[in-house]
Amino acid sequence: MPANGAPTKITQGSQTRGGIGESTLRPDGTLKVTGEFAYSSDMWHEDMLWGQILRSTVAHAEIVSIDTSEALALPGVYAVMTYDDLPTEVKNYGLEIQDTPVLAHGKVRHHGEPVAIVAADHPETARRAAAKIKVDYRELPVVTDEASATAPDAILVHEHRDDHHAGHVPHPNIVHRQPIIRGDVAEARRRADVIVEGEYTFGMQDQAFLGPESGLAVPEEDGGVHLYIATQWLHSDLRQMAPVLGLPEDKVRMTLAGVGGAFGGREDLSMQIHACLLALRTGKPVKIVYNRFESFFGHVHRHPAKLRYEHGATRDGKLTHMKCRIVLDGGAYASASPAVVGNAASLSAGPYVIDDVDIEAVALYTNNPPCGAMRGFGAVQACFAYEAQMDRLAKELGMDPVEFRQLNAMEQGTVMPTGQPVDSPAPVAELLRRVKAMPMPPERQWESSEGADVRQLPGGLSNTTHGEGVVRGVGYAVGIKNVGFSEGFDDYSTAKVRMEVVGGEPVATVHTAMAEVGQGGVTVHAQIARTELGVAQVTIHPADTQVGSAGSTSASRQTYVTGGAVRYACELVRERVLEIGRRRFGSYHPAWATAELLLEGGKVVTDGGEVLADLADVLEDRVVEVEEEWRHRPTEPFDLRTGQGNGHVQYSFAAHRAVVEVDTELGLVKVVELACAQDVGKALNPLSVIGQIQGGTTQGLGVAVMEEIVVDPKTAKVRNPSFTDYLIPTILDTPTIPVDVLELADEHAPYGLRGIGEAPTLSSTPAVLAAIRNATGLELNRTPVRPEHLTGT
Amino acid sequence: MRVNFTVNGRPQEADDVWEGESLLYVLRERLGLPGSKNACEQGECGSCTVRLDGVPVCSCLVAAGQAEGRDVVTVEGLADYARQRSCGTGARGGTSLDEARGWQAGRADSQTGEGTGLSPVQQAFIDAGAVQCGFCTPGLLVAADEMLERNPNPSDADIREALSGNLCRCTGYEKIMDAVRLAAARQSEGV
Amino acid sequence: MDFLRPASWEEALAAKAEHPTAVPIAGGTDVMVEINFDHRRPEYLLDLGRVGDLYEWEVGEDTVRLGASVPYTAIMENLRAELPGLALASHTVASPQIRNRGGVGGNLGTASPAGDAHPALLAAGAEVEVESAARGTRRIPVDAFYTGVKRNALQSDELIRAVHIDKADGPQQYSKVGTRNAMVIAVCAFGLALHPRTRTVRTGIGSAAPTPVRATAAEEFLNAALEEGGFWDNGKIITPSAAKRFADLCSAACNPIDDVRGTASYRRHAVGVMARRTLTWTWESYRGARRATEGAA
Repeated sequence: MPANGAPTKITQGSQTRGGIGESTLRPDGTLKVTGEFAYSSDMWHEDMLWGQILRSTVAHAEIVSIDTSEALALPGVYAVMTYDDLPTEVKNYGLEIQDTPVLAHGKVRHHGEPVAIVAADHPETARRAAAKIKVDYRELPVVTDEASATAPDAILVHEHRDDHHAGHVPHPNIVHRQPIIRGDVAEARRRADVIVEGEYTFGMQDQAFLGPESGLAVPEEDGGVHLYIATQWLHSDLRQMAPVLGLPEDKVRMTLAGVGGAFGGREDLSMQIHACLLALRTGKPVKIVYNRFESFFGHVHRHPAKLRYEHGATRDGKLTHMKCRIVLDGGAYASASPAVVGNAASLSAGPYVIDDVDIEAVALYTNNPPCGAMRGFGAVQACFAYEAQMDRLAKELGMDPVEFRQLNAMEQGTVMPTGQPVDSPAPVAELLRRVKAMPMPPERQWESSEGADVRQLPGGLSNTTHGEGVVRGVGYAVGIKNVGFSEGFDDYSTAKVRMEVVGGEPVATVHTAMAEVGQGGVTVHAQIARTELGVAQVTIHPADTQVGSAGSTSASRQTYVTGGAVRYACELVRERVLEIGRRRFGSYHPAWATAELLLEGGKVVTDGGEVLADLADVLEDRVVEVEEEWRHRPTEPFDLRTGQGNGHVQYSFAAHRAVVEVDTELGLVKVVELACAQDVGKALNPLSVIGQIQGGTTQGLGVAVMEEIVVDPKTAKVRNPSFTDYLIPTILDTPTIPVDVLELADEHAPYGLRGIGEAPTLSSTPAVLAAIRNATGLELNRTPVRPEHLTGT
Repeated sequence: MRVNFTVNGRPQEADDVWEGESLLYVLRERLGLPGSKNACEQGECGSCTVRLDGVPVCSCLVAAGQAEGRDVVTVEGLADYARQRSCGTGARGGTSLDEARGWQAGRADSQTGEGTGLSPVQQAFIDAGAVQCGFCTPGLLVAADEMLERNPNPSDADIREALSGNLCRCTGYEKIMDAVRLAAARQSEGV
Repeated sequence: MDFLRPASWEEALAAKAEHPTAVPIAGGTDVMVEINFDHRRPEYLLDLGRVGDLYEWEVGEDTVRLGASVPYTAIMENLRAELPGLALASHTVASPQIRNRGGVGGNLGTASPAGDAHPALLAAGAEVEVESAARGTRRIPVDAFYTGVKRNALQSDELIRAVHIDKADGPQQYSKVGTRNAMVIAVCAFGLALHPRTRTVRTGIGSAAPTPVRATAAEEFLNAALEEGGFWDNGKIITPSAAKRFADLCSAACNPIDDVRGTASYRRHAVGVMARRTLTWTWESYRGARRATEGAA
């Protein structure tokens, strides 16, 4: 506390320890390091059964018959269910388009589609039972790419579309199409001194969260069900589940269990409905845990994409125009495809000033695995392509690639291709300057007195080089991502905040339905409550559906939107507490009426620091509780013909510099350093911010050099559904990741913060690719880059 | 079949074990020790790492019957193990729903680990921000603790090699490196 | 499924004789993956974990008798001097946790072309000691052990007891290509051993043919070239053209497939690069050792 009567003006929370801006530690940290934190796969209930899903072994087929009799006859089996056993007329679900069958009916549309479900007393019994279900498939031709999907005689993945995109798409196998037309490309093209065209391919990436899809459904006495589940959005799950289960939403109770990572892969339903169906059918608790093989079929992936770009520039390095066409493969069901299309189209120009654009993005229906949300969706694929284009333009013009980007970098006030002005800081040139200014990692770090340390060389422990063929390369990239749900979506969150005195101490409780998936939202909520309410003790209530929706833990939105809701609810609680104080003590001190009052250190103080009362005395046994919704500024849909509209609420920017060493003979890559500079608006928890940036950067590295779900183009079957053959970076693949955090406040956002989770995943990939191109001189138009591509074999 | 072995210093018995069950399954589903994690069940992620007779192994690839008569240390016993004490964890099934609830934000305020009952490497993971979703954490802790036992002053390359069997999808490993360096430093200072 | 727990080698052989379909399990790093993912439901699991002498090794005059279950970690830590190629190969196996459990017996039993130990065994020269209760012990040269994709020369009543590997009499090297810097299955692998005593070079190739193979034509070429030029005595640098020819012949010894881990043509190419590099490393080491000996003399 300041000295008595000190005139220093203080602001709310500035005197309270553990508030925003500090690197406070995770409230769940101790539980997580002792093994006590209960993830969804750790749930256990006396007398529980194990659920198992039977999935299609082919990608596209009519189901001629299903015979479950042998499975049902197996001792220990309690239930076997197929489409015919679904309890209501609602048999499909989906995030935006309800096109996904809970269990296949008449037809399967992709490899691994759920066909039947089993509950038994042991997982092995359930597996044996599932294996005894006889499904007779009559295989159908598959569509697997744009050419086959949009051919005049193409077999339709969904024959009877009645969704809201069906009317405006050029072919029924196109989920959604978004053009963006701005300026006059033909005219601008004539001003171009150089024109660069390129075609790029982005492979199918998997979220590869470590905690497999899992949960426990417990039937309740009122005929309802309680699901303990790992998800990104409890209320979205609930909205999709209840109609299929034939229950009102208040009879489907949801509690968030521990979530072992998400990255978009838990935005769609996985085993939620299946577990509840089996629990309701058997009257027993049912646990389902996917294994890693099943996990690859149990969630959507990042859309693979083909991107065709044309950019023009004048001799002095100014971009004239851009034309692009982005084809995203959505697979068999829509999932988040429409939103991915919107992002890809609206962010396809990157963080650059380009007045004349002609853009088209589409998502296909095919018989490939369904694709949907993954960190940075739409923007990731585009960034890979436009950043390759920037390097090619710079090369064509004989300019430094960073200077060329800086010359064309957008800034606050720049108008996006959608016509929307960027109304908060957009320090694109500055971020590039910062990554470029970081010291370079020393050369030949593998050399030691005892010879080459293979751990620091391409190939690593496999001992493929002691320095032979190794060439260093450096590459840069920068990207732009929208924050929050866009295109007119009512993107809100709800927070319930309670203040009371426990054991003589004021305690705040924050209750939201936000899915803590590892990002540290719970840490930040406690910090916000401390700052806004001036208390030391904050309890974070488990997330469940007893409070209003928090929206999804995705789109870099939770700190912004649920953080905003917590702040708003805290402000209302503070006002109510001060009202109580004024009512009770106002007559004892004039400052109650005249000064600006704050809550600090468990006391009511004036902005000059004078203590008026202890919160414990103000509240006594009163409980102040507020539950309120909070929304960010509204957005608008993009026009379906021109793509114009204020579709996004905020943008997020990051830049990377990659330093790689490539064994040019074997085509193996060691990323030596991956430096990042990012504007975060305001770092509510700097330690967590850096952790997010480093984690996102590493996922971008993964898809640059190793990660890809390989789908056989002839059969549409997945060829590598395991951690043996779908590789994600180990600690030996991951370099040092120095991070330079810039904090330029966005005045429209709570505390000036900017959503941060996705931007680092965008520019990481193209920076690594640029560095590999720099080392090898190869064109490299696809990611991930494989040894074959680097060796021409 | 029946399997008897020692977990975190306490004798345990599991009955009616199916012969194809892994040690991981028995720990998680029969002995109430779900701290060892089930991320891949094919030896490709390290999240199920335990010490079997002192040696770090993937418990998903140890058949339950192979653990007969052996000594197992899991993340739940790591703090005790680090203190060379032996007081095990009670035998019961899984995590009850009540135990799955709630945490207090005030709990992790300790910057030093004093009085928290954690091992140095556990405390370092919290302090360095090495925990996000936390699913890889138990396996990493067991592996890191064992490495620091063998090699108290590891180089960065040593740390990376020792932890190369433990995948993490959230952190990009930088904070994990920080945590292991921190634990090594605190250990050498006798903190 | 039954779980058999023999307490001794004799009991293990008896169990295998009684239940020829029994699947032996030691480190479990292959078998348990198949069980966890429902790829295999053996009638019997035969746990060899209690057979102590499978975990022991003896260093003899000319060979090392390596118990089938000696974990890779122990090979790396204890047999680097005697079995340098196998020690290097062991270091590339999966992860530390797997290296703590898995051993050469499992690699041989599974006989996957991608097994990391095979090229090192082929290059060093080794015999597999197998035994059955009915017919006793026999030794199978490792070259003859691999009979097809994931097939080997074992009879259904036999178990692998040990591998007798020639002690290194010269430098050995091992390289493996994977698309990750740790914990990766071989896209292809290459082992090379110089045998100054017999003035021969031996090779082993992994993951580039239906079975692990030696590049015999390459070996013959190099043996002749080294002999002809007096290289073993004069310690000259192997000419780039000879090294290239050796590498090309190693590539030609491959009979690879395209799969999700890599293309056939990449495998051929990479084996050639590894052949050239490992030859350079081992030959440089041989020359260095020679110079040191001469200097001392």
